[in-house]
Amino acid sequence: MGANHDHDPHTAAPAHGRALRLGIGGPVGSGKTALTAALCRTLRDEFDLAVVTNDIYTTEDADFLRRNAVLPDDRITAVRTGCCPHTAIRDDISANLDAVEALEERHPGLDLIIVESGGDNLTALFSQGLADRQIFVLDVAGGDDVPRKGGLGVAAADLLVINKTDLAPMVGSDLDMMARDSSRVRNGRPVAFTSLREQPGAPEVADWVRSVLHEARHDNSHTARNHDHAAAS
Amino acid sequence: MDARLLLLADSRLPAGGHAHSGGLEPAVTAGAVTDVAGLADFLRGRLATSGLVAAALAAAACAHAHTGDQAWERLDAEADARTPSPAQRQASRAQGRSLLRAARTTWPHPALEALATAVREPHHPIVLGVSAAAGNGTPHQAATITAYGAITGPASAAVRLLGLDPLAVHRTLADLASGVDRIATEAAAAPDDWAALPAPSAPILDLYAELHMSADLRHFES
Amino acid sequence: MSRGYVARAAASVERDVGGRTRLTRLRSDGPLALRETAEALYLVGAAAGPLGGDDFELALEIGPDARLAIRSVATTLALPGDSESRMTVRATVAAGGHLDFAPEPTVAAAGCHHRSTAAIDLAEGATLRWYEELILGRHLELPGKHTSRFDVTRDGVPLLRHELRLDDPAVFGSRSVVGDAKAIGSVLLVAPDLSREPHTAEGLAVLPLAGSGVLIAAAAGNSAVLRRRLAQGEELAGSGTSLNAMNAGASSNSA
Repeated sequence: MGANHDHDPHTAAPAHGRALRLGIGGPVGSGKTALTAALCRTLRDEFDLAVVTNDIYTTEDADFLRRNAVLPDDRITAVRTGCCPHTAIRDDISANLDAVEALEERHPGLDLIIVESGGDNLTALFSQGLADRQIFVLDVAGGDDVPRKGGLGVAAADLLVINKTDLAPMVGSDLDMMARDSSRVRNGRPVAFTSLREQPGAPEVADWVRSVLHEARHDNSHTARNHDHAAAS
Repeated sequence: MDARLLLLADSRLPAGGHAHSGGLEPAVTAGAVTDVAGLADFLRGRLATSGLVAAALAAAACAHAHTGDQAWERLDAEADARTPSPAQRQASRAQGRSLLRAARTTWPHPALEALATAVREPHHPIVLGVSAAAGNGTPHQAATITAYGAITGPASAAVRLLGLDPLAVHRTLADLASGVDRIATEAAAAPDDWAALPAPSAPILDLYAELHMSADLRHFES
Repeated sequence: MSRGYVARAAASVERDVGGRTRLTRLRSDGPLALRETAEALYLVGAAAGPLGGDDFELALEIGPDARLAIRSVATTLALPGDSESRMTVRATVAAGGHLDFAPEPTVAAAGCHHRSTAAIDLAEGATLRWYEELILGRHLELPGKHTSRFDVTRDGVPLLRHELRLDDPAVFGSRSVVGDAKAIGSVLLVAPDLSREPHTAEGLAVLPLAGSGVLIAAAAGNSAVLRRRLAQGEELAGSGTSLNAMNAGASSNSA
């Protein structure tokens, strides 16, 4: 059994016996939907994927993902947030949990469900009840002082993505300063600088997601093996 | 009153209510509600129609949970029969599912488990009634909480959609409080006679619910 | 109460061996008179009203595979009187049976206090068309109190429980209930092959029920527009279905 696991990543059970839930948050326009699309394109052949979008007032993000055919339609669900996007990912996660559970019922064996938040402010944070891991997306054009100011999303996300680095010279953003400030407020948690224009597959972020998924699988198969031992003894 | 019931009436209960406007968003889209006076008129009608229906179903569910009987499918069918709009049935079941999750975690109770086993996505008022029973509430208290929620949900949506003055909106809610009490009393009058429970309709709310489903721009699920 | 009429009328139909529907019972009572014609059983108002204090009840029984159409010759005018007036219809429809109930509109006159109740028990496999129009007041007058309750079960399971309470203008005049409509109507269709798609148009909602039925609800500024909207709703809900053929052929007595 154990040997087979090494050859076929799909046979391993996902974390906690269910799909890993990855939150992607960040301000309006920072590139959350583009990053979600990039991750789907890069990872869809390796993992069983689905997406929940939290649009502010339309199904535009979900429609964008469908139009670009990054995943089949029945793997993309849109949630409405009653004018309060942060409420839906933090204070009252019911609608997102319902959407996640519906996707899991429809597609047993999902490895990863990406929950993309609606445009938030810098204090937005995914509830631990909804997301196992979270990415916060900033862009260089939003101001190079944003990492220094911190905010819960910037400081606490498992991965901070600073997007649109190709624009830095045009808007006069100091990437070195953004890197220094980020690592200071984040106590060394990882930061990825991306330009989806230059690297449409977001390889660095995709690698991070792979490592998170492998880590979750390892934890889970470890737990499962211990379970087997316990049952056998 | 058992303080657990305060949690059930609190809009901060994480049970999905914040994304439902109770027909207020399509009313705003249609231009029917633009100010506090219009909201008050909208809420008065909603309270006496779908508010009364929901409160009566909640009272019935609460009384039934206290008996320990398990005819949940039959009570759920009574909710279906009083909800001709498919969009409203869908919204009610979505909120019921979310509240059931919240209630089973918050107030574990055999009646909640029995309900969850009998009906996959029970109607919202039924889950509310059973949750009230789990918090040691009476059918009348279940009806009061439900009728109260029938106006506070849309009122909160109006504050968000129209930027209405929240103090003026709360003054309106306070003015409607005696109406909530009257509706709750009628709703809880005979919680065991399911066939005869009140069923007042609101044709405009039915129409709005369906219009909302086909609208391009929606902030709220319903 | 005792000053009004109390009337109890009834009709039963069965399908005979030749496949025709026959009236096996017909009872008129005072102001609630029934008259048989080739295409329908007609309610013939033998007096003005109902007036306050009147208490009318009509019991209908449709046997297996039998068909009955109910019509009326004129609008019903609910008028004021000493106390509440009541009209109750009870109907049972056996398997394969069909009831098509479509009287002329009711007008809720100023000062009336009328309560209308209908309770329909359908067997599994029974079909129904139930058509109602209500005009809120005569020309330029405000209506009195008019409340109605409609309960339909199918094979013992509730299909529709629907009240329209027009007793408090502060409530029914609300922009969430009926607003400033002067004419309100509905059609309930019950059949196995109706549209499952909801439709909306100005003043019209076509609502597929949880069970196998569709409620068409309409409101308008006058009865002519109301009638057009209800017809449009029926077209959307039931065009090309078995119910259409059924209503076209519905008859109390085809002999």
